[in-house]
Amino acid sequence: MAIKGLFLFCIPLLGLAIAQPKKKVPVTQTIAYKQGKEVYKKVCLSCHMEDGGGVPRLNPPLINTTYVLGDKQQLISIVLKGMKERVAIDDEHYSNNMASHAYLSDLEVAAVLTYIRNSFGNKASVVTPAEVKQVRAIIAQSK
Amino acid sequence: MYKKSLFIIFLISAGLRGVAQPNAGLTIPKGFTAVKLVDGYGKVRHIAVTPQGGIYVKLNKLYKSKGILYFKENTTTHQYVLTNSFGNYTGTGIYVKDQYLYASSDEEIFRYKLNEQGDVINTEAPEKVVTGLPSKGEHESKSIVLDNSGNLYVNIGAYSNSCQEQDREKGSMGMSPCPVLNEAGGIWRFNANGNNQTQKAGTRYATGLRNVVGLDWNTQTNSLFVMQHGRDQLHDLFPSLYNAKQSAELPSECMYELHNGTNCGWPYIYYDHLVNKKIVAPEYGGDGIKSTTDYQNPAIAFPAHLAPNGLLFYTGNKFPAKYKNGAFIAFHGSWNRAPLPQEGYYVVFVPFENGKPTGQWEVFANGFAGAIKTPKGAEHRPCGLAQDATGAIYVTDDSKGTIYKITCTGK
Repeated sequence: MAIKGLFLFCIPLLGLAIAQPKKKVPVTQTIAYKQGKEVYKKVCLSCHMEDGGGVPRLNPPLINTTYVLGDKQQLISIVLKGMKERVAIDDEHYSNNMASHAYLSDLEVAAVLTYIRNSFGNKASVVTPAEVKQVRAIIAQSK
Repeated sequence: MYKKSLFIIFLISAGLRGVAQPNAGLTIPKGFTAVKLVDGYGKVRHIAVTPQGGIYVKLNKLYKSKGILYFKENTTTHQYVLTNSFGNYTGTGIYVKDQYLYASSDEEIFRYKLNEQGDVINTEAPEKVVTGLPSKGEHESKSIVLDNSGNLYVNIGAYSNSCQEQDREKGSMGMSPCPVLNEAGGIWRFNANGNNQTQKAGTRYATGLRNVVGLDWNTQTNSLFVMQHGRDQLHDLFPSLYNAKQSAELPSECMYELHNGTNCGWPYIYYDHLVNKKIVAPEYGGDGIKSTTDYQNPAIAFPAHLAPNGLLFYTGNKFPAKYKNGAFIAFHGSWNRAPLPQEGYYVVFVPFENGKPTGQWEVFANGFAGAIKTPKGAEHRPCGLAQDATGAIYVTDDSKGTIYKITCTGK
């Protein structure tokens, strides 16, 4: 009886275990996302603000822009090299220079970009440390 | 029934927002009244009022392809009406003096002759007074003011936060001497009646000022007063010397009285109002404590990062006596006071006696931001200030493009 009960109890568990690989863990539940949130708070928040909205005229928003959601290589490069070019985002210009953040590890850059690409209403693919490593190598070569 | 009650709620809330809000939603001292004259013109920066009461404002984003708007009061309805718009350039500075309207882009200063009514005679043919000023991204706005001797003063902001070798990069040290100061980071003086003056034709009147947006000529002391935007990111750049809270509270936003040759010390020092000292900047060997007696002392210092965008000495007679010759300052509101709440988004008053601030400053008009005091969440952000011939003052908002008028009614 006890064994039977255990068996019955195990069936749904077994089902869960089988279903697990198919059911994707949401990005926001991953360790990378949580690490990224910590990096964001420490490094990015003071300029881009808690809600990713930036500061009008000074610091650009991270919400729904091609700079954040588009080409990952370009985005990684902005974090590693900084950005001094004046570009318009949704018809607005932003004055403050962004510094190079090459001192962050591949893991930290990947985590924070994964966080940014999946926060503030954004939804885009994750960034891996390998991708960051690759862009870092390209930058080093072009120097 | 449900729809009907929703409709009633809508009417009530619309009424509360539009009509029933006393003083246009602002909190001001008893005896004063505030109204919104116009609304919805976008990035309205500085403002100038003619002796006849017409209002000119400079836009930082073109409104229907125009950068200067002119509003006049309809004498029957007493509503302010957009009467003229011109100038295809954006910018911040605007000033009326001696039958001329002066206006700046981020590189040039123009002037337009006014007629007896204060209207611009020819909007299409301004004189170019100054040309080719540096505008390299950061702190590019050119605020302007005139004295009573035919001189024009313009801010040329430093295109840098703290003159680091790598701007805003963690741990990057300061360039010594700071090369930015040769062509920016100060106030330049030009002949107000000159033509096509380059920067070299002007004089570097005062230096060591990171960025000035609010400035005004004090007719009592016959000298120029400016409000500096202090440096950012002490903690981000030097985390071993400053914690996040210190970075939120430092450095002070300073008011300076300037004379020819005054040096206010940027980027080598910043002012700490908590200890009343000029502190050596971390980029130049400072440790957050080391101080110096070099450089100009501020006339008065305010909490950090409030972003003073407008300065006005009150010369009218319509406000109570304590306001006479005192200074109003429009604080645009902070962005880098995290983890503390953002601050500012109000107009303060500083009483003056014999040309010096006396006693404490006080918040004069508050409530511009509405429920959320953040750069993006704020409903309105005070920016420019002006006074008219009757003694009323005006405040602009460069978020929604509202112009407020504040009068003293004694009620």
